[in-house]
Amino acid sequence: MTTETEFPEYRKKLKCSFEQIEDCFDDYMKDVMRNLSNDGVEDYLKGASMVCMIGRGFEPVLVYLEEMPNIAHDLGEEMLSMVSQAVWDMSRTPNGNSIPPFMHCLPEAARRLGTKEQMKHFIEIIFEMMHATTGSIHGHHTTFASPGLPDLLQQIPYLLSQLSLEGLKNWMEYGARNYNNHPERQRDFFTLQSADSKAMLQRERHGTLYMDNERSLDMYMRSMWQAEEYLVPYSLGFDEMRKPQPYYDSLGMRVPDVFDDKDGISGIDRYRVVLAHMAGHKRWTTRQIADNLSPFQRIAVELFEDSRIEALILRDYPGLRKYFLALHPIPVEGSCDNENESCVRHRLAMLSRAILDENHGYKNPVILEFVEKFHNALKDNAESNSKEMLLLAISFTTKTRLQTDQLPKIRFENTEIDYRDDNRHMWLFIEENDEAEDDTSEPQNLETVEPDGLPPRHYHEWDYNTNSYKPDWVTLYESLHQPGNASDIDKILEKHSALANYLKRLLDLLKPQNYVRIRYQEEGSELDLDVAIRSIIDFKSGAQPDPRINMSHKHDGRDFAVLLLMDLSASLNEVPEGSTQSILELSREATTLLGWSIEQLGDKFAIAGFHSDTRHNVRYHHIKGFTEHWDDTVKSRLAAIEPGYSTRMGAAVRHASHYLEGQQADKKLLLILTDGEPADIDVSDDKLLINDTHKAVDELSAKGIYTHCISLDKKADEYIADIFGKNGYTVIDNIEKLPEQLPKLFMSLTA
Amino acid sequence: MSDIDIEQYKITEEPYYEAMGDEVALYEAAYAARMPVIVKGPTGCGKSRFIEHMAYKLGKPLITVACNEDMTASDLVGRYLLDANGTRWLDGPLTTAARIGAICYLDEIVEARQDTTVVIHPLTDHRRQLPLDKKGELINAHPDFQLVISYNPGYQSMMKDLKQSTKQRFSGLDFDYPDSKVETAIVVKEAGVDEAIAAKLVKIAHTARNLKGHGLDEGISTRLLVYAATLMNNGIEAKSACRMALVTPITDDKDIRDTLIHSIDSIFG
Repeated sequence: MTTETEFPEYRKKLKCSFEQIEDCFDDYMKDVMRNLSNDGVEDYLKGASMVCMIGRGFEPVLVYLEEMPNIAHDLGEEMLSMVSQAVWDMSRTPNGNSIPPFMHCLPEAARRLGTKEQMKHFIEIIFEMMHATTGSIHGHHTTFASPGLPDLLQQIPYLLSQLSLEGLKNWMEYGARNYNNHPERQRDFFTLQSADSKAMLQRERHGTLYMDNERSLDMYMRSMWQAEEYLVPYSLGFDEMRKPQPYYDSLGMRVPDVFDDKDGISGIDRYRVVLAHMAGHKRWTTRQIADNLSPFQRIAVELFEDSRIEALILRDYPGLRKYFLALHPIPVEGSCDNENESCVRHRLAMLSRAILDENHGYKNPVILEFVEKFHNALKDNAESNSKEMLLLAISFTTKTRLQTDQLPKIRFENTEIDYRDDNRHMWLFIEENDEAEDDTSEPQNLETVEPDGLPPRHYHEWDYNTNSYKPDWVTLYESLHQPGNASDIDKILEKHSALANYLKRLLDLLKPQNYVRIRYQEEGSELDLDVAIRSIIDFKSGAQPDPRINMSHKHDGRDFAVLLLMDLSASLNEVPEGSTQSILELSREATTLLGWSIEQLGDKFAIAGFHSDTRHNVRYHHIKGFTEHWDDTVKSRLAAIEPGYSTRMGAAVRHASHYLEGQQADKKLLLILTDGEPADIDVSDDKLLINDTHKAVDELSAKGIYTHCISLDKKADEYIADIFGKNGYTVIDNIEKLPEQLPKLFMSLTA
Repeated sequence: MSDIDIEQYKITEEPYYEAMGDEVALYEAAYAARMPVIVKGPTGCGKSRFIEHMAYKLGKPLITVACNEDMTASDLVGRYLLDANGTRWLDGPLTTAARIGAICYLDEIVEARQDTTVVIHPLTDHRRQLPLDKKGELINAHPDFQLVISYNPGYQSMMKDLKQSTKQRFSGLDFDYPDSKVETAIVVKEAGVDEAIAAKLVKIAHTARNLKGHGLDEGISTRLLVYAATLMNNGIEAKSACRMALVTPITDDKDIRDTLIHSIDSIFG
């Protein structure tokens, strides 16, 4: 049965026979006629017919009919065909189940993005993600629906509130790329469940990130407030119901992890204002007893105290006034309905504004009276105190109290002063009551297990596909290598005693000479007689004498810090052709000779080994530290090294660099001894870890650490120059020669 | 060697110096005993100005040597130079001072190499003699001669420290940036700005001094404050003047710059 429609012509054009349409068609059409041009109406009906034809039930059509007129009105009528075409395209893929959520996210997206170009980009990146994640297993192209797309579309309103379109694109690409083969994790990513997803989101957030400005803000606190506060960021992103406010307690000052620019004040300045306010409290506020005050009185006391703090801050730093003025809301006088809502906050915000801003223009006599009282209290550079503010606040609440203040409907509009902290620090509760905070301190577990290594460290990993770091991607555990039998190492030295003697001769040549004479100096500590006489002869015979007749002395010391990083991956077990020893044994012999040589030279020297078992478990074995001598403890650790797992080199290199950075030396050298290219079992793309290691080497050279790789892989030429640069490596083809080559190489590098 | 013109080393106009404590009296006592003095303090806090002021007050010539790391003992003592008739001896500044009875001021002594600083030893104990071994002469210092060295303990390098044997030959005066009131007065007097502006400049200096050791090797010195005030006197707008005189010279670190610029902005409003 069809109800009669007022628009039979149009109804005919809408080729869709769902019964439900008839009930509301007229309403939609009235709306459409008001908002759209004639062509627009045609497109609208055409689009709706198309959405109807895809056979996804009534819901998409309904959303289209209901929402599109507004979107088209706001962003342009081209939206009509763009959306219907997108829906049609989507229905041609296995992702039909994503059409309803797609339709639902459109109004919010349109509102956030604001222009039709942006919307076009938005639809494009959704489609890119869809194509990237739609399954193609065993050549069955686009047979499986994208697992993450429906979840993604449901998150769109939230995501757009946090990210710019470009950030959204990066975030989506990251998820699509890294979790393409893992439907469950892909869903976790796009529902914002996984840690990775949150970390990426955090990085792409718009606004000023706390993380990027931590040092700046520490300096700000130190320079302007002489305060060494521990700043702790909290996230605004995942707490929609209750907006956290800045606060401080004995553990530090909590600030939001990100601040957007607001009212012309940049994010970093907003951080500074927040910190200034808290620092002011710390300097001038004294704790007040809260038990005798009602909640309303307490709010008022806090507000008066906040205003006092600000007035005192402005005395020192008048330049902050413009920030306060811009960030402080401006309550409109008389906008709060005294009869039907509670105006407590509104009144107080007005008062606070009036104290801050001379040009407030408020007429309310009570407010004016208390503004004057406030200024009187702070007259002539008086600092007043928290107690005085408390009394002022109580008399203010008494004077302005209304019956309607108790109403549950409280006016919040224009009363939130978001740079102020929550003032939890200024109250002292004598009696425990329901407002006291829960005691969160848990009984300390006394049976703490002694860890057998250092706590894990996380390192970024470079992804050459995107030219970006994957945040905290690799987990590295460092531990002491378990000891073995130190005499094994002494046996190696005995075995190579001829070589050791030869090395010793070389070393003597390298040993630092304490004083070196520098001749031919124009200025010097002593006259160099030979040259001086020659000059005089020249001079007497009428030639131009050489004025460089002095000489001086200088110290010539070696100042090196060297760290040898040994690759301990499973391939070291192999016995190379024509050899009787495994690569591991040869590496150990080489390291022994090198360690022994360097000990003779007296350079700072450390040894470490590494291997990896996926990105979650990179093991870094401490064998010799810079301050340890070449003694039995070190030897026993070296004797016990065992190969296993794979070679995730980048993280180990970064970790090693963190030790080298701490060393004081003119030249710092990281030697890497490896038998193959960087690889790990959880990485299928060969190039990824090669590029990551190259990036790590770049990072080191930026820190002034020179990296040199000794590769035992005969085929290393294919990749090694890409990692370590043209001169940054040596390939040792005849691996039997390694024990001899390694110390020699070291000497030639450092001579 | 009476051909040295003593007058050129005399200070004719009184250098402005605002006493921070009893350092004037202490110095006068040290001079009365001809005791060597070491003045310590950060860059630009008024060490050199103090010595000039005292030399003027005592009416003694002052010979100042700015030490650098290439300076050798012969730069202080003197050396043979070649001329048409062979070689000729030329006194170094330390020798000159010992001969004429001047106050010899070795500025930033730690910059000089340690072997150089040793030549001052015989002058700084009871002997008060300077042997010129190359020339074969032993100079007995003039009764008015006094040695003063300055030293900036701000350097945290182990290389830049004085030997104990050098340190223990001196009496010491500690200098620091003056307190706000005195420093304001100094800026007012030196640059001729009004007191409110000077006070603000001093406040900026304090914010920077708080960062010392956290990225800044030295805070903003009084000297730089005077520069900033002078620029402002020449019609430069306050914030640009501060940026030019107080921020740009002392750091290249972006975070510190931003922090200092913000503090300038907050203080000048």
